[in-house]
This record gives sequence, C-alpha cells and structure tokens, in this order.
Amino acid sequence: MAKYIVKRIVTSVVTLLIITFLLFFLVRIMPGNPFPSERMTDEAIAAKRLEMGLDDPIMTQFIRYMKKVCVGDFGKGTSLYNGAPIKTVLNKAISNSFKIGGIAILLGTAVGLILGIVAALNRDGFWDVFCSVFSILGVCVPAYVFLIFLQYTFAYKTSLLPYFFDSMNFFKSTIIPSVSMSLFTMSTIARFTRNEMVEVMDSDYVRLAESKGMYGTKLVTRHILRNALIPVVTVLAPLIVDLLTGALVVEKIYGIQGIGKLMVDAISGEGIDYNYVLALGIIYSALYIGMMLVVDILYGVLDPRIRVAKKGGDK
Amino acid sequence: MKVDEKDKILDIKNLDITFHTSAGDIHAIRGVNIDLYRGETVAIVGESGSGKSVSMKAAMGLLDSNAIINSGEILFSYIDEKGETQTVDILKKDTKWIRKNINGNHMAMVFQDPMTSLDPTMTIGKQITEGMISHLGISKKEAYSRAVELLNEVGIVDAEKRMKNYPHQLSGGMRQRVVIAIALSCNPDLLICDEPTTALDVTIQAMILELILKVQKERGISVIYITHDLGVVAKVADYVNVMYAGRLIEIGNVDEIFYEPAHPYTWGLLSAMPDLETEDSRLYTIPGSPPNLIHEPAGDAFAARNEYALVIDEKEQPPMFRISETHVAATWLLDPRAPKIEMPETLKARIERMRKEAL
Amino acid sequence: MNDFELLKHHDIVTDENFASQTYWKGVFTRFFAKKRSVIGLIIVVVIIVLAILGPVLSGYEYREISSVINPETGKEVVAKGLAPRIPFLHKLLGKAPYDDFFADKTFLFGTDDLGRDLWTRTWYGARVSLLIAFVTIAIDVVIGMCYGLISGYFGGVVDSIMQRFVEIANSVPRLVIVSVLAVFMPKGIGLVIVALLITEWIGMSKIARAEMLKIKELEYILAGKTLGASNLQIIFGDVLPNTIGPIITQVMFSIPTAIFTEAFLSFVGVGIMLPECSVGSLIEDGFNNITTLPYQIIPPIIVLALLMLGFNFIGDGLREALAPKLKDM
Repeated sequence: MAKYIVKRIVTSVVTLLIITFLLFFLVRIMPGNPFPSERMTDEAIAAKRLEMGLDDPIMTQFIRYMKKVCVGDFGKGTSLYNGAPIKTVLNKAISNSFKIGGIAILLGTAVGLILGIVAALNRDGFWDVFCSVFSILGVCVPAYVFLIFLQYTFAYKTSLLPYFFDSMNFFKSTIIPSVSMSLFTMSTIARFTRNEMVEVMDSDYVRLAESKGMYGTKLVTRHILRNALIPVVTVLAPLIVDLLTGALVVEKIYGIQGIGKLMVDAISGEGIDYNYVLALGIIYSALYIGMMLVVDILYGVLDPRIRVAKKGGDK
Repeated sequence: MKVDEKDKILDIKNLDITFHTSAGDIHAIRGVNIDLYRGETVAIVGESGSGKSVSMKAAMGLLDSNAIINSGEILFSYIDEKGETQTVDILKKDTKWIRKNINGNHMAMVFQDPMTSLDPTMTIGKQITEGMISHLGISKKEAYSRAVELLNEVGIVDAEKRMKNYPHQLSGGMRQRVVIAIALSCNPDLLICDEPTTALDVTIQAMILELILKVQKERGISVIYITHDLGVVAKVADYVNVMYAGRLIEIGNVDEIFYEPAHPYTWGLLSAMPDLETEDSRLYTIPGSPPNLIHEPAGDAFAARNEYALVIDEKEQPPMFRISETHVAATWLLDPRAPKIEMPETLKARIERMRKEAL
Repeated sequence: MNDFELLKHHDIVTDENFASQTYWKGVFTRFFAKKRSVIGLIIVVVIIVLAILGPVLSGYEYREISSVINPETGKEVVAKGLAPRIPFLHKLLGKAPYDDFFADKTFLFGTDDLGRDLWTRTWYGARVSLLIAFVTIAIDVVIGMCYGLISGYFGGVVDSIMQRFVEIANSVPRLVIVSVLAVFMPKGIGLVIVALLITEWIGMSKIARAEMLKIKELEYILAGKTLGASNLQIIFGDVLPNTIGPIITQVMFSIPTAIFTEAFLSFVGVGIMLPECSVGSLIEDGFNNITTLPYQIIPPIIVLALLMLGFNFIGDGLREALAPKLKDM
C-alpha cells in the first residue's frame, strides 16, 4: 500500500510538471509585445527583454519561473489589475472560490448521498421516482441556469437575497451561488449512489448475509452501505473539478471575485493576460491532479481489495 | 405412505409463484410439493429456469419483491431453544421474523458462486462470527474461537490467519469452504445447497461434496441440493425430485430415478450425462429449450420437446401417476390407455452398466 | 382421433423462445421496448427537424431586424422587445397580437432587444449548436478510434507510451485547454471546435482500446493472424465492427457534453460571436436582458435542457439495449 501511494504521488508530480512546462512553453512562444502598457523604443524593449531574461533558453526561463512559483510568486499581470502582483489577487480569489465551492460540495454530497440511499431503500417508491427525476433535471440544466433562475426569483423579484456577491454579507450572498453549484453534484451523487446501492442489494453476498439472518439496519450499514459507498468516492473527484469549472460562469454572473472570474477576465477581455492564464492554468491543473491523487489513495484505503495484497490460495 | 412416523422437517405444499416483470407475468412455480425428513437428503434436479432455485429461495424467505405467491404452504419444523418442536408456515411470516428466527440458525444456505457470495469488504472472521453473535447471543470472543474451530472443521489450514483475510485473498475452493462454515455456524436443522459445486474446478467439486456429506453425517442435518448435475445427485441424494417448467415431473428415491426412470424428460437427462462407455460418439442432448413461462403451455409443458408426446399431451396436463410407494411421475405414458412405450435402448444399456458398476 | 396416440409428424420445437434473431435486431427491439429511449429519440428528432425547418418557416432571417414604416410619421419603427404571442389564440380572444404596427406579424417567441425574431434565432442557434456537436464528435470518433485501436492492438511499448500520453492529456482540466487556446486563437466558432476536438477523443479512444484488448485474444482474430491477415485488415476489418455499439453509446453521451461545453464557452464570451448565435450565446443574451425581457431566456434554456435529456435517454437506452442484464430468477 505504501508503495502504491508513493508511486501515485510521484506520477502525479511528474504529470503536473510536464503540464506546467507545456503551459509555460505555449504561453511564452506567443508572439507580441510583453510590455503592452508601456511606450518604448525597439532598443528599450530589447534591453528590457535582456534584463528580464526573456531571450534565455526556454528551459532556463522555466526553471527560473518554477523557483518563484514554488514560493507562490507568479509575477505580475500584463493587463489585469494594473499589473498588481498576481499572488495578492490570487490569494483573495482562491479564498472566495474555495469557500463557496466547499459549501457547494458539502451540500451536494450530503444531500445527494441521503437522497440516493433513501431512493435505493424504497425502490420504485416515491423517493426513487423523485431521485430519478431530480437527477435528470440536475444533469440536463447547467448550474448557471439555476443561478439565473434563483437570482431572478429571490434577488430581483423579491430581494430576499443579495443580487450580487457581497463579501460584507458573506452568509446571505453565498446561498444562491452555492445552492445552484451544488445541484449538479447532488444529482450525480444521488443517481450514482442509488445505482450502486441497488446493485449491491441484488448481489450474492447480500443474499448470503440475509440467509445468515441479517436484516434491517445491520444489513444496510454493515454490508450494503460500505460496499455501495466506496465507488462513490471515485465520482467525487471529477465532480469537484467540474464544480470548479462550472463555478466560472457562476462567479461571472454573480460577481464573485474568484479564480473562475479571474480566468474569464484573463481570456475574454480585449487583451489576453498571459501571466494570469499561466498562473491559473497551473493552479487548475494542480487542483485537478491533486484531487485525483487524493481520491485514488482514499479508494485504496477504503477498499480492502486494493489495500490488502493478494496472497496464495489453497489449490 | 407410512412415512409419517418419520420426522418431517420441510413440507412444501402446492406452491405456486408468479414473477411480475416488465416483459409480463412469469408463472415460475406451478404447484410444487416437496417433502423432506430429518437427516435425509433430497436433490432437486432440472435445467436452469425450471424453478428449482426459486422454490428454495421461497423457503428461505429470499424471494425478490416482484414475486407473488399465489398459493401454497411451506411448513418448516425445527427444534427451538427450549427443545420443543415448532412448525411454522414460512409464507405466512414476515421477512423480519424469518431473518430473526429461521435464517442462519435453523435453515442455512450455500450459494452457487463462492467468488461473489462473500462480502468483499469484510474479513472472513467477521462474516462467520456475525451470525453467531446475533443468533446465539454469545460474546465476540467465544464466537471467534468457535469460528476458528469451524474453519478447521471445513478443512481450512491456518484458520487463525485466515480469519483476518478478506475474500479476495482466498481461492474459489477455500471461499466455498468459508461459505459452508458460515452456513454451519449456528447449527442449522436444514442446509440448502444451491449448485454448490457448479462454479468450482472438478477436483475441488468432489472435495466440497465430501465435506458437505461429512458435516451432514456428523451433525445429522437435512440437506437439499439444487443441481442440474446428475453425477452430484447419484453421490449424495436419498430422494430425487425432477423439476421441469415450474412443476415436479418425477419423484422417487435415488435408485428408482436412476434405474427405473419413468418420465421421458428424466430419460433425456440420464441420456445426456457424459459417460465414458457409451459407444455413440455424440453426446445426447434434449432438443429445444424450456418453455418461456410468460406464455404458459396448455398441456404438458414438455410435450414440445418430447419424442414420445401423445395427442393428449397438447391438451391436458398429466396427473401424478403412482409407480411405487415412493416413486411417482407426471406423464401420460403411465396412463393405462397409453401405448406401451419403453425407454430408448441406448439408455437401457447404460442403466444396465450403471447397475453393474454399483454392485 | 384417440388422445392416447403418439403425436404423428411431431416436430420437436427448437429454441422458439430464444429465437435466433440477429444481434442488431435484438438491440433494436430492446431499444424500442423502453419508453425512455423512445421519448429521447422523439425529442431529439423533433428538435433536429425544428432546427432545420424553424428558421425557414418563420419568414425572418436570424440576423434580420424587423421593422415597419410608421405611415403617419414616415419613420422606421423597430419591433424591439415584443412579447411572445401565438396570433391564433389572440385572434380567438378578439385581440390583435401586437399593437397597430405589428398587428399582422407573428413572433412566436417574441423578439429581442434589437428586434430580431426569437423563434428564428432559437432554432438557428440550435442548428449551430447541433452542427458543432455533430461535426466535432464525428471527428473525435475517428481520432479516438484510431488511437485506441492502434494502442490496444500493438500493446507493449507502443501501448504504454500512448497510454501515458492519454493520462497526461486527461490530467489537464478542460478549462485550462480552453484558456490556452484562447491565447492562440481568435475567439469564435473555431475555438469551440478545436477545444472539443482536443478533449472529447479521449473517451472514445479508451472504449476502442478496451474493446480491442477484449477482442484481440479471441480465436477468430488469432485465426486471422495465423492465416496471414495484415494488421490493418485485422484492426479495421475484424475489430472495428465490434466496437460500433459501445462507440455509438459514447457518442450519445458526448454530443450533450459538446453542446454543454459550447453553451458554456459562448456564455463566457469566447465562443460564438454576434451576430451568429448558438444555444449558449442565446442564453447569454437572455441573461443580459433578464430584467427587461425576462421571457427571452426561456426558449434557449428549454431547447438546451431537452437536447440534454433526449441524448441522455437515447444513450441510456442504447447502453442497456447493447448489454442487456440477464437477471436470473
């Protein structure tokens, strides 16, 4: 198991390094003036390039950049925020995104699990039908559509909740974005949990447990839940990442200063801010790969088939 | 029949079950009667889909929720904690009651595929002790030592070490031994074995059968085998019930079924047994496949595949004709009005050989 | 006739129940036996038909601004922000659908803030979205199949190198790919297509590779090899037909993903550019005008949701039809 974890960590770090290098390379080979905000002569630009080491070999530049990145320094933006250090802007954005995203993930997972379990235990009953209708809805309608609907109903029409995000009024202004973001997670987890549960409930080993005389809560908690919930862990990683991606639009619409909105600003404005694209690209990739790593390890810990290596039989 | 003096442990009367499916209602069990006496072994033989597993699942209270019981009784007699004999109709009890009072401690089951019938996320030890702790009310420690004994009894070496293993660490044969240990853990009166050797290697099959025979002898429990393998039947059974399309079509003791089969379907099954001596190089198979019970046949369900079908077979279901005190068969060929039809010559020769071998 | 006679000319029925229908006929029957798949198919077909015919039937161009000349002032009056009306119902009530200027006009979904017919724009947008999805997924199928089949067929070093590449490609979040593309490419339809091309082939290649690995060891492939069939012959002649089922299923799930992604990119502002429109850009327009013309956002959202629903239902139905679960009684 320890060997497996170490191997997984090493591959993740290597993958991240490769992706970072590719991002760096792609962004750096872009033609164009790296100093668009300043008026300079060609000689001055050349001098500045030399000073900043932009004419060094790409590997040297990359290593220099990575050294800074390791201490959290992503340089300055080229057009966004008047060249303020990316680090400061990013810190605040990450904090905002994680708070709202975290609430959405917790809400979605908790409600999704409960809904899925209840649906499976009452197969073909009201909650089962509710669960399947709900998961269809959640999968067919993007989060930002829910957001627009909630914003229109609860903020524009009735003013129960703030129309835009307001960090002064954190709690109230979190409700609309986190609820709308959690719906996709919720419906996917509900459907997945329900299907896993049903499959486990139809399995031979549950028949055997029943034939031993297990029933009710004991049967559900000891045999059904444990087996059904382990695979649910695997859908969580892509869901969380999807949530971060989906958050992009939600943050844009609801005016949240998060990493998603930063990304939109960096790519959709008039001038593209290469440094932000690079920094955010690295952060997104790191998050994604990190999530996959955590989930894989967690899965290994939970499932004895991976945790405990196979030993010889009696043949 | 004078057998009433013997102690009847299971008495299934006129069981009739329909499954409600999206494709239509499947009349899977169409009036089944099975008797089993204490200490004896009955084999239920038939092709897949003949209803043999379903009838035993009904006895265990393990039917799926889409099963509708149209009629019948499943009377089960067991000796309770006070030493008194109790007789209950399983079909009249709710699932919770059956789990609490019958499953595991009085009636246990061994399933077909040991690769899928153990909980993959629970240690072997926990799976064995679980039933004991809830049924016998003993401490964890005592259950543990009993479980180790049980594992030794079913022939697992290194029992202590195996207790901490997960199912995936054991081979198929070992897993089936564990399943048997689980079934025996609370000293059941009746053990139902649903094709216990089908999924195993041939060499391990014999070992598992011998194990079941051994524990049966030692503990004096009754056993029901569900199987399509007549080889297994010959080895273990006292009585044989042949099932076809949700009905019993021939019942007899093991000698009667093997040496004097009366139903053409039983002839077919016997002819289809692989055999070294048969001159014919082609293995006989019964033509066709069992009927789809969504469309219930009007007459004898086997008529469509029966070389010896009579005109009446397509109109009316044959009743049970009594051949001897223990032997009955449901075929119109036994009606006094029917033409004299004997079993095929090749089968006759084969039975002769079997008789000689048995002597 | 005597009941107790042997049946004469008695044909022994062979496998009537498990009749020997062909594989694809079985899939077909199972697919259409499910209500959900049929509903999904109907939804998708209706939307496709409307996407083709809708803009033609309305009599407006998707970028055309409707206006009439006010006969009194001689000035042009633009049909801005008109509410949706079904003229037939209004005439039943004895009212004209719109006030004097547009009394004889029909705008089933109303008009937008510039005076463009939303019915036309909605179906035109659906057409654009569907076209993008179909085209990119078709190309992705080809790329993914080739990649997966080659990787699976050759195995060994080739396979592990190709799979490492897939792993890395799979570890890049879609958003990062899109943003890097935005650095290189002009915003617009091309960006959307390239983004989808880069991300969607991976799923296909995984399926193709898995099928390849499964089929490779089967006897008839070995037989083909011993008889001297070439690699290409085996990959495309023997294995490819077997992958069709799972690939079609994957396509049914990829198309909604593509539509979703397109909508997302257009909404963010790097996708479809004005005056072109797609389902996503229409939702964005609707959102921008939500306080003044709240109805404007509804049709594209419904079309988007129905497309998701339809393709998902078809995908589910196909998956079950291709691999029926035989539940033992």
